[in-house]
Amino acid sequence: MSRIIQILVLQIFFIVLPLKAENITVNEVLKNIRCLVCQGQSISDSNSDFAITIRSVVEDKIDEGLSKQEIYNFLSSRYGDWILLKPILNKYTYLLWFLPYILLAILGIIFYRSFKKKM
Amino acid sequence: MERLIKKILILSAVGFCVTVLYFALNVDHTYNTKSLINKTIPQFQFKQLNQDGLIENNNLNKNFTLINFWASWCAPCKIEHKYLMELKESLEDEVLLLGINFKDKKENANNFLTTLGNPYHYVGIDEDGKGSVDFGIYGIPETILVDQNQIILLKFIGPLSEDDTIKIKNKINE
Amino acid sequence: MALSGNIFLVITLLTTILILFESINQIIKSVASYKILDLLSKVQVTAIITSFLLLICAFIISDFSVINVYENSHTAKPLFYKISAAWGNHEGSLLLWINLLIFFAFIFFRSARKKNEENKYILWVLLFQNIIVLVFLLFLLISSNPFLELNPQPVEGLGLNPILQDPALAIHPPLLYVGFVGSSIYFSAALSSLVTQQNKRQFALSIKNYVFITWFFQTLGILAGSIWAYYELGWGGFWFWDPVENSSLMPWFAMNALAHSLIVLEKKNIYYHWSIILALMTFLLSVTGTFLVRSGILNSVHSFANDPTRGLFILLILFTLILISIFVFFRHEKENFLNNSHIKSREFFLLINNWLMVFFLAVVLIGTTYPIFLQVISDQLISVGPPYYNFLIVPFAIPMLLLMGLATKLSWNQNNSLLKKNHLAYLVLSFLVLIIINITIQNISFLSSVIFISAFFLIFQNLHEIVIFLKTKKTLMNYHFSHLGFALLILFIGLNHNFSREYNFNLTPGEKVDLDHYEIEFKNLQQTNRENYNVLVGNFLIQNKKTGKEKMFFPEIRLYNNPQTITYEADIATQVDLDLYLTMSNLPRSEFYSIKFQSKPFMLWIWVSVFLIALGLISKFFLRRYGKID
Repeated sequence: MSRIIQILVLQIFFIVLPLKAENITVNEVLKNIRCLVCQGQSISDSNSDFAITIRSVVEDKIDEGLSKQEIYNFLSSRYGDWILLKPILNKYTYLLWFLPYILLAILGIIFYRSFKKKM
Repeated sequence: MERLIKKILILSAVGFCVTVLYFALNVDHTYNTKSLINKTIPQFQFKQLNQDGLIENNNLNKNFTLINFWASWCAPCKIEHKYLMELKESLEDEVLLLGINFKDKKENANNFLTTLGNPYHYVGIDEDGKGSVDFGIYGIPETILVDQNQIILLKFIGPLSEDDTIKIKNKINE
Repeated sequence: MALSGNIFLVITLLTTILILFESINQIIKSVASYKILDLLSKVQVTAIITSFLLLICAFIISDFSVINVYENSHTAKPLFYKISAAWGNHEGSLLLWINLLIFFAFIFFRSARKKNEENKYILWVLLFQNIIVLVFLLFLLISSNPFLELNPQPVEGLGLNPILQDPALAIHPPLLYVGFVGSSIYFSAALSSLVTQQNKRQFALSIKNYVFITWFFQTLGILAGSIWAYYELGWGGFWFWDPVENSSLMPWFAMNALAHSLIVLEKKNIYYHWSIILALMTFLLSVTGTFLVRSGILNSVHSFANDPTRGLFILLILFTLILISIFVFFRHEKENFLNNSHIKSREFFLLINNWLMVFFLAVVLIGTTYPIFLQVISDQLISVGPPYYNFLIVPFAIPMLLLMGLATKLSWNQNNSLLKKNHLAYLVLSFLVLIIINITIQNISFLSSVIFISAFFLIFQNLHEIVIFLKTKKTLMNYHFSHLGFALLILFIGLNHNFSREYNFNLTPGEKVDLDHYEIEFKNLQQTNRENYNVLVGNFLIQNKKTGKEKMFFPEIRLYNNPQTITYEADIATQVDLDLYLTMSNLPRSEFYSIKFQSKPFMLWIWVSVFLIALGLISKFFLRRYGKID
């Protein structure tokens, strides 16, 4: 019985995968791109004219075989880093990405030591 | 003593944050693409509005080029138009004016130019707007001033104002 | 109307000042006679509530001589939304803030006296709370008065913003404000506790109920906001890490941490100073959130009309409150812990909760404010969006869930063994469930798998406790419900995230498209005029290819006139197992329409889980009578 289910699942996979894969990749990319004329939405979530154009451009780039990172680089070279919703890691954003972990570590040490001190 | 140090540290941190937030209140939060300044414009190819053949980078043969993205359906484009006509007249020899008609229909574009005048040496068309993405355009009108090496000197988002034309002229005279 | 409103505001102002003087007077005298304060307190709360009711009245009768009504209402607005417009704008919501500040002061004053709390403590709480009231009242009167008059009276109002006319949006601010503003009372209580050198345990007992109540309302407020975003904003998302959402989430984390540390404070008389810090932080975070949202400093979907001068005022208020907190804290802090505790004890694990909560809070705070700092300091513009928050926070769901399962079985003081036999059983069960999911549906990522295992672990653990209670009437704690709700929330969000499908395609009327499990036919387009807008309604027939069931969907494109806006209304079919979500937008200069179709499993259960969390919080007040629930 589980065999049959597995086979069915695999079949659906193969029919569906090409269609879905294409959708997933485009949307994945678009979810990380900011709609510049909207209030903080991603291109994937926007109906604006700008979003439609960018979506088309991204689809073209995917067809040309560019990787996600290359597409992001292209867009940020034209529109600035602001267009990327996941901040790239550079000298301006080290603090952004590492400070939470640093605070976590410091606070952990403080808690642990003050707890032990009381013993 | 140790507590005094802690207190001072915290107070300074708070003071710092509050100061930054205070300045942030007056900073301009509108989006701009000044990160493009000093970058080269991309290799481009646009069909022409009324002629056969394409416009490409090697058509830009004057010392400066002013690329203006416009459309017949764009109201602010009508407003800035007179400044473009004025720039064409006063800077005829030095500056090539390239108009890119953005997401428009040919007849409407031609009507626009016939009625209001044509300030451009060349008019390219970008019907789906995708070519303009290469220039970092997100909404029109936008205008870019490049030098003979096709490096971006100035970028304007929104309709040109009189101040902007002065900035352009000053830049050219430098 | 404007005049009477102002009169009552002035009365409130005067009584507030008098309360300040009288409390100082009583503190100095040390012989508390509450007669005057009692009277003043009653006058104060009556006056402020009256002024708020007057504002609501002005909206109901569409009195456009009041600027606030003129700017935010319209005769054509339905009554319910006229009323909710009273608090849906900056000035009105500020008036609601002040109402709640005073209301909580009033409640505290009465109940603290009934509980026979120390007089000095009560007086100082009243003092600090009324300083906050005074500061906000001055802010309102000077720069944000809802009762400013317009002469001559306009015939019609401006405010018919369609996006604001929604039931969830109408109740979401009041719910949140009870949370945000309610935290002011334990802010004042924390300061008072330090100044009067209160017995530490007493502090926990004094503010405990307020913490849970504000936490309850904060949870519901956030839920209402998410539901509104999901149904109204038309993208199918329910959480966007938008600055305004983040502003409501940060105090939630702080309340969470505070509630847990108070449990230890009450039981073991430790974590006093840390609880004080958390109590102070909660309200400070609320004010910070207000600042971020209303000052115009951030880009957000929420549209309070932004104004830098308001921002300056709120920044000053925030700065003042922080200074007071630092000053009082450092003047009265004393180190004298005595503890015979062990690392593997309940109290240490509750501290771990605090540790993680502060981490989450820090991530949200840093993510939200970093772009501001970067722009001011280095003139660089960056965006910090969902990918940042998800990357930092989601992995920590795993230790959170697992530790919650372990911690609730630990005893106080002792060196416990962390893993009990039951825990292993739950883990094994969870693995099995995961394998079943993987086989029957589809493969999921490693991270999601581990999260699912952890969530099921906590779910089984709490379900087991509930089952034991039902059989043996042994003690059930309110947190069993909240923790179960939390675990379910993570589970359903994870399932929703992994198994949602989204399809984008372009159609003209008459066309059909074939997707994996669904067939969608764009039957036709209708244009109609409704009350205050024109609408293009798409008629879509969606058929589930597996079950053969069919349903019609009617997504809309609405064109409103005042103010001129276009909105896209999704049509959502909410079912028990999944939601079907359809949106339509027009492609400019084209005959085609851009269609987005999503199937989103378990949406309903996401809302139910949050509701269960909230219920757990409030259940401690109600379940005491029924059997042994604590």
